[in-house]
Amino acid sequence: MKAAVIVFPASNCDRDAKVALTEMTGKAPAMVWHQDSDLPDVDLVVIPGGFSYGDYLRCGAMASQSPVMRAVKAHAEKGGAVLGICNGFQVLTESHLLPGALMRNAGLKFVCKPVTLKVEETQSAFTCGYNNGQSVVFPVAHGEGNYYADDATLDRLEGEGRVVFRYAANPNGSARDIAGILSEKRNVLGMMPHPERVVDGATGGTDGRALFKSLIETLS
Amino acid sequence: MTEITPAIVAEHGLSPDEYARINTLLGRAPNMVELGVFSVMWSEHCSYKSTRAHLRKLPTTGPQVIQGPGENAGVIDIGDGDACIFKMESHNHPSFIEPYQGAATGVGGIMRDVFTMGARPIAMMNALRFGAPDHPKTRHLVAGVVSGIGGYGNCMGVPTVGGEVNFHPSYSGNILVNAMCVGLARTDNIFLSAAKGAGNPVVYFGSKTGRDGIHGATMASAEFDDASEEKRPTVQVGDPFAEKLLLEATLELMATDAIIAIQDMGAAGLTSSSAEMGDKGGSGIELNLDMVPQREANMTAYEMLLSESQERMLAVLKPGREAEAQAIFKKWELDFAVIGITTDTKRLVIKHKGVVAADMPITALSDEAPVYERPYTLREPASGTPAYDKARPVLASLEKILGSADMASRRWIWEQYDHSVMNDTQQAPGGDAAVVRVHGTKKALAISTDVTPRYCKADPRRGGMQAVAECWRNLTAVGATPLATTDNLNFGNPQKPDIMGEIVAAIDGIGEACRALDFPIVSGNCSLYNETNGEGIFPTPAIGGVGLLKDASKMATIAFKRDGDVVILIGETRGHLGQSIYLREIEGKEEGAAPRVELDVEKKNGDFVRRLIEQGRVDTCHDVSDGGLAVAIAEMAMPRGLGAQVGQASIADAIGFWFGEDQARYVIAVPFAQAEKIVAEARAASITVAELGKTGGDSFSIDGKDSIAIAKLRTAHEDWFPNFMKAEL
Repeated sequence: MKAAVIVFPASNCDRDAKVALTEMTGKAPAMVWHQDSDLPDVDLVVIPGGFSYGDYLRCGAMASQSPVMRAVKAHAEKGGAVLGICNGFQVLTESHLLPGALMRNAGLKFVCKPVTLKVEETQSAFTCGYNNGQSVVFPVAHGEGNYYADDATLDRLEGEGRVVFRYAANPNGSARDIAGILSEKRNVLGMMPHPERVVDGATGGTDGRALFKSLIETLS
Repeated sequence: MTEITPAIVAEHGLSPDEYARINTLLGRAPNMVELGVFSVMWSEHCSYKSTRAHLRKLPTTGPQVIQGPGENAGVIDIGDGDACIFKMESHNHPSFIEPYQGAATGVGGIMRDVFTMGARPIAMMNALRFGAPDHPKTRHLVAGVVSGIGGYGNCMGVPTVGGEVNFHPSYSGNILVNAMCVGLARTDNIFLSAAKGAGNPVVYFGSKTGRDGIHGATMASAEFDDASEEKRPTVQVGDPFAEKLLLEATLELMATDAIIAIQDMGAAGLTSSSAEMGDKGGSGIELNLDMVPQREANMTAYEMLLSESQERMLAVLKPGREAEAQAIFKKWELDFAVIGITTDTKRLVIKHKGVVAADMPITALSDEAPVYERPYTLREPASGTPAYDKARPVLASLEKILGSADMASRRWIWEQYDHSVMNDTQQAPGGDAAVVRVHGTKKALAISTDVTPRYCKADPRRGGMQAVAECWRNLTAVGATPLATTDNLNFGNPQKPDIMGEIVAAIDGIGEACRALDFPIVSGNCSLYNETNGEGIFPTPAIGGVGLLKDASKMATIAFKRDGDVVILIGETRGHLGQSIYLREIEGKEEGAAPRVELDVEKKNGDFVRRLIEQGRVDTCHDVSDGGLAVAIAEMAMPRGLGAQVGQASIADAIGFWFGEDQARYVIAVPFAQAEKIVAEARAASITVAELGKTGGDSFSIDGKDSIAIAKLRTAHEDWFPNFMKAEL
């Protein structure tokens, strides 16, 4: 599997994504600057966490307008896999690659802690390596991860098996405890928790490895 | 031109004697711009004029030290060509006036100090002191400071991995916000601030200069009064987005060999950075302010020189490398301008709109700044032990202590900090020391910040020693070899002989402990005049220490891990209750002697414990500090809800045994099969050691009689902070 990581000004989990992908795939991903309008030939695009453009205007709003996002959209339209983590999820909703929006946490504070997630859907390139209903622990670290969509959209997401991860104990007020969702074509995943921070047993667990393994098996 | 009157001199925080000295050094009267420059360069904050004579007594060298005090931060060798660069700095005054921005820019400033030297910041710590919990401003200040630290550090993508927090009425009118940054560099790529050579371009990069923070350094060198909040305009406003770009762009520039010298613009901005670079390089600097990127129109030379706008850097480049540097800053969308040139005149010459706005010998600003041997009186340390009720049940008191303001869990705070970004955090907040891996290696750095202000108030010398000893012990308790420290000396008004006596005694104690423990001070900061309406804070010399774990997989943590482990106490328990948490929380007494610090015992016990951890024989260890042994054991039991059955093991009374704050002690928990050998080894090394009992069950029980559920202790411990803060929301 060939991967690319998008780097916006003030992306700050780009290195973590690079290290995790390198560890899991055995080769370093391409790091793509936000001003580039072309993507290299890759199977997976990762939009990492951080504070792209300082979170000014709205989280992810400015990044969604940057030149590289046109290429990411084209990649997604062709069926290419896109994984947006944390700020990356915000960029994906702002780019309309995923429905809904991420609002300020219900508690109004930034929250960083390990959270237990339930894997709700294993019929995807991102999660086929997990068992259905499996509990996994990933860290969250965000101030605006409160997922919102109207009821019709939420019903549709649930009905189509597009809610992939759900919080066991909701840390941010997200509708229906949603932690991660798939696009209609199931090739774009946005999630607030950080799988790239749990691939290395020395720093908090290995529950994220199966996500990358799933992608490697599906996309290679 | 404004005439300089005695009133204007006083407004600039300069004494009549100092003003006379400026006249002598210049050979004429200064103009307003020059007066402004002298006022910041000679401020306590920039010149250390009250403390310099005493700071010289601190140990600052050792084989591990690459760069001691005097640069932007200290640098130590951590092997394999890796260097650790770190410093702690205060942002007390601005944080009291505007807590969010004050704390945020404190974080930004200390990060710049570290990356200016070529390091990527890898961890942030902070030491915070707030007023009484029931003071009407305390909640507002806690909420603002914590979200300011998080708001800046989280955006930077640097994990905030720990720190300490105290509440005490002595800080009600003057909180302390001390932030520490630890960075990682290569020993062959460290950048200094000496602007050597003439004819080299002086370049400015980062954010534009505005009118914010003018005279911040002067404000930080004066006492507060009820009108201090009117100083809000002197608090700078931070932009972590700009700083993140500045960090990446600066490191990218550092990967070239274009830089001769580099210095961040912190306190006193352009003035202090240019004067310091010229001073260290033995050169002169000529600046043309017309070239400075400006955020506001019609700024005067005075305003530009004294602005403390954030996220700015000054560098001297090799001639001809300007275009290469400019391209990097263009990519990161930051301002870049050549604003001057180095000269051989040893003068700082400022031009603005075609005229010379200021022209001063650089040594007059630095070396010739006044140094005061301020008069001081050393007061008699507090002594004795106040009376207390020896029959009080231990575990009910333990529950109360764990749920008290100073001892309650700080989870409410640290869950607002991203402590896992960079994915190298191996020990998150809540343990004895934070542990952060040296990226891509099996090594890790342990970091801790410590001081016990109530001990320092009772006995400044012993308190200074204890701060160093506790920091050293916390690093040891995770298995790290302590390497070096940074100090952040927070005191009241040094012009009062009693306060100056606290400063002198504390520095003396710190120096003695650092020498005995081979724990030199490589960087630091003094924050004086921490007084409001004449009331000084408790003396608070915070010590930030860094240690090295050669193999982080051997690291110890505080949590009990296995049923049936033997709980062993290393170190002697005499039952010292003077100045203890127990007396304050249970008996309402802040009295008595501070605990004795025996540095030879400290070293012997610590070296023994560290060796056990390094050998992979101990993975569960906690130092005994605030609250004594009962609190230490409870803190080991709470993380996994695994209890312990323990008994008293010395002649002291129960209160003294369980809550005494004798120093140089550790609790370890080891499998039964290994306990006997470890105890025998300790005895053979003449280390006081006692088996207290074993782990197991879900309660903490003492002598088979008194018992309390761990869940109950945890509730008390975890609930205080959220409940306290909710009163505002």
